[in-house]
Amino acid sequence: MLDEPLIFERGSRGRTGWMPSVGIDGAAEPLPAELRREDDLAGFPEVSELETLRHFLRLSQWNYSAATTLYPLGSCTMKYNPVVNEVLARLPGMAGLHPLVPDALAQGALELIERLEAALAAVSGLDAVSLQPAAGAHGELLGMLLVRAYHVDRGAARRRVLIPSSAHGTNPASATLCGYEVREVPMNERGLLSASAVAAAMDESVAALMVTNPNTLGLFEEEIEAITAAVHGRGGLVYMDGANLNAIMGVAKPGDMGVDVMQFNLHKTFSTPHGGGGPGAGPVAVRRTLAEYLPVPRLVRDGDVRRWSDDAPKSVGRMRAFYGNFGILLRAYAYLARLGGPGLHEATRLAVLNANYLRARLCGAYHLPYETPSLHECVFSDRNLQEYDVHTLDVAKRLLDYGFYAPTIYFPLVVKGALMIEPTETETKETLDEFADAMLRIADEARDDPTSVREAPHRTRLGRLDETRAARRPVLRWRPAARENAEESA
Amino acid sequence: MSGYSPHTADDVAAMLATIGVRSIDDLFAHVPAGLRERARVDLPAGLSEPELHRLLSGLADRNGAGAVFLGAGAYPHWIPAVVDQILLRAEFATAYTPYQPEVSQGTLQAVFEFQTFTALLLGLDVANASMYDAASATAEAVLMARRLLPGRRTVWIARALHPHYRATVATYLRGLGDVRIHEIAFGAGGRTDLAGLRSALGDDALCVVLGQPNVFGVVEDLADAAAAAHAVGALAISATAEPLALALLRPPGACGIDIAVAEGQSFGLPVSYGGPGVGLLATHERHVRSMPGRIVGETVDARGRRGYVLTLATREQHIRRERATSNICTNQGLCALAVTAYLSLLGRHGLRSLAEVNYQAAHAVATRLDAAGAPRVFTAPFFNEFAVHAPDAATEWETLAREGVVAGFPLGRWYPELDGALLVCVTETHGAEQVDRLVGALAAPAPAARSVRG
Repeated sequence: MLDEPLIFERGSRGRTGWMPSVGIDGAAEPLPAELRREDDLAGFPEVSELETLRHFLRLSQWNYSAATTLYPLGSCTMKYNPVVNEVLARLPGMAGLHPLVPDALAQGALELIERLEAALAAVSGLDAVSLQPAAGAHGELLGMLLVRAYHVDRGAARRRVLIPSSAHGTNPASATLCGYEVREVPMNERGLLSASAVAAAMDESVAALMVTNPNTLGLFEEEIEAITAAVHGRGGLVYMDGANLNAIMGVAKPGDMGVDVMQFNLHKTFSTPHGGGGPGAGPVAVRRTLAEYLPVPRLVRDGDVRRWSDDAPKSVGRMRAFYGNFGILLRAYAYLARLGGPGLHEATRLAVLNANYLRARLCGAYHLPYETPSLHECVFSDRNLQEYDVHTLDVAKRLLDYGFYAPTIYFPLVVKGALMIEPTETETKETLDEFADAMLRIADEARDDPTSVREAPHRTRLGRLDETRAARRPVLRWRPAARENAEESA
Repeated sequence: MSGYSPHTADDVAAMLATIGVRSIDDLFAHVPAGLRERARVDLPAGLSEPELHRLLSGLADRNGAGAVFLGAGAYPHWIPAVVDQILLRAEFATAYTPYQPEVSQGTLQAVFEFQTFTALLLGLDVANASMYDAASATAEAVLMARRLLPGRRTVWIARALHPHYRATVATYLRGLGDVRIHEIAFGAGGRTDLAGLRSALGDDALCVVLGQPNVFGVVEDLADAAAAAHAVGALAISATAEPLALALLRPPGACGIDIAVAEGQSFGLPVSYGGPGVGLLATHERHVRSMPGRIVGETVDARGRRGYVLTLATREQHIRRERATSNICTNQGLCALAVTAYLSLLGRHGLRSLAEVNYQAAHAVATRLDAAGAPRVFTAPFFNEFAVHAPDAATEWETLAREGVVAGFPLGRWYPELDGALLVCVTETHGAEQVDRLVGALAAPAPAARSVRG
């Protein structure tokens, strides 16, 4: 009972959990035999409704989650996901609305979309917003396509994109997907990008700089205005990865920094649940000069009536079917409306307070590679533990024993053995203290009992998993033959 | 204060003392003052929970309802209560991507099951952990084909593939500039013109992409399409918007398709104004290292017990950066869980029965509409969606909708050559009374000359 097999290994021949009622009667030509499936869905489960429920509830109990524990993952902003938003997303008038109804029958949904576009423009200080991208990296891809369209419209696409060495891996991958060659820009000894380094790398072949601000070390790019001026001076554009927006709401607007285009991660800053890896939403905001390239359809307004328009001859096209992850957009808007302008600023202030509190409590026991003031997250390294042959991965696994999820580890790549911690504003001081106490205890254990730390976790249902084996001999699915063999041998 | 932060004044004071600063403002002192001065977020004060509920309910009430016979890429199906209850489990909903497998086995095992369902349904060896939706998954499939067959330059896409999918492929290829898209026409029966395709395909063909069923609800001859692609060394890709059809139809893999994608929304997710859904992608084992997206694999822990981890990460952006197979990071995890729970619950027998009920209902309604003067536009077999010739109703589509019947989708908006046709979708959610209203709305006022167009 303590283990839970695959759903395919449960059940019994002929059992079924759910059957439809008979539908609409009437004559129907049978489907021609040559088009029919022949395997009778062999391999699909044959389980009851209760077996299904138990299976998934048991699995759920094997997860850590933001609702059950502090999730200090840096750059992920795992804040509280308000329960009321789940209720609102399930309003039948929203959840049941088909995307192709005439616009006249979708005015409520369209107004919500309009309100969210306006709110994101207000937070970013930019002019126009597309809600179509389904995730941050999808937004990055759109942003790069917009950059390309802008330059092509002015005669040449240009061929390079500048990316700081501390950037998230999606940045270079997104730029490459748009046909750009990536040129890395080094950061200075304070962990920051300097305007002189950007100016030195900048020429007429550079389409854009992709910058994350605050960067992945949690540091605000203090020279950002001079940096964006240097890029603009050679005709380039500035893309900002908005993954760390939680650090600067009401503190600095990307539009004021000189940013031309950015993506938001609604599943980070705006509290939509991460879902074990999505769905998210990655809206893109742009300066007015880029608005004509945004994806179609665009929301427009005639008086009080809102409608979709495909009339955008310079648009980059579509990023996906329909209009975006609407259910996620709704949750994000609910969060924005609940906090309001002052509440967003307060969220940022307290997120930065919480991160600096953890930084102060852990500094010393853990090595802080950059002493530069940090905002919503802080990055330590395992340097102080290496004399005991204890490494970042070991600290991460040992934290699981104390009931905490691990920080983001080995990222950013510019810090060897990085431990990147982002507590967010919704955690109490007591929880932060418990977490800090656990981290400090692990630092002591590394000295006093390093083997135990290296063999962690000890208290989780499974021990350390063999990732090398998984990659060398990939088993990526269950196969029906496995059940038949099991039945024969039973 | 309407936020979700727990700080008391004493908490803040104690934390500032530990940090060694006087105020929270001091923590932002290094942000240029000129930026801080202009940064006020110009949005109203926050709402209480009841106020928020009233606002959103008010917006929801302004969305119309009635008898809606729309599919065309988003399909209304009953969502069993158990499925949504599982999605509400905060242990699933509020978990991150499972980077620490020891405390993420719930998500990881569910994804492994999702990959298995995807592979079984599509009739192929392996699947990934999900894509954003079927449109972007189709684009990723084309990019995957480009990695498998570098140097080939032409992508052949069926005109009868959902126009949003076609447009998304075009967007994804826009930046690369080295691949051209050609459109394959459809014939009078509603199927893609494979004879025309065969005569046009050349040695530089990269892939052939068809919908299954296509956007008209018509079942394509995938086996013939795959054979045509393979004859010139190209890859065959299929994209399924209504995956329930595959409970009845020969799966793409069994037809020779190399990369099959599908939209998962039908399986346990509401139409939700077009998202979130989830993209399914499956392929042959030999192509696994060219596959985009996250993948979960089976392994063992230090004591030999079975467990699951994210694997084959060396294809991905966080390791490979600009050389990654895709830039995808966050995917549609919880939607993949919905698909997994839904397919588990319905299982082998429920899913097959539901597909039969859909097929039966749609065909019965098509027969009634034909008798009422709205004949089918196409003759080829279909699943739960079909086009009818009803020019008056197509013209009056918005008026009919305001009166309570959304009588399908006017195809002329996407296909000028099909002006006067309505694409009607019928599922198990439609009752007899709604069907009567549809028939009433589409019944031709007087006999008129009609032609079958293609």
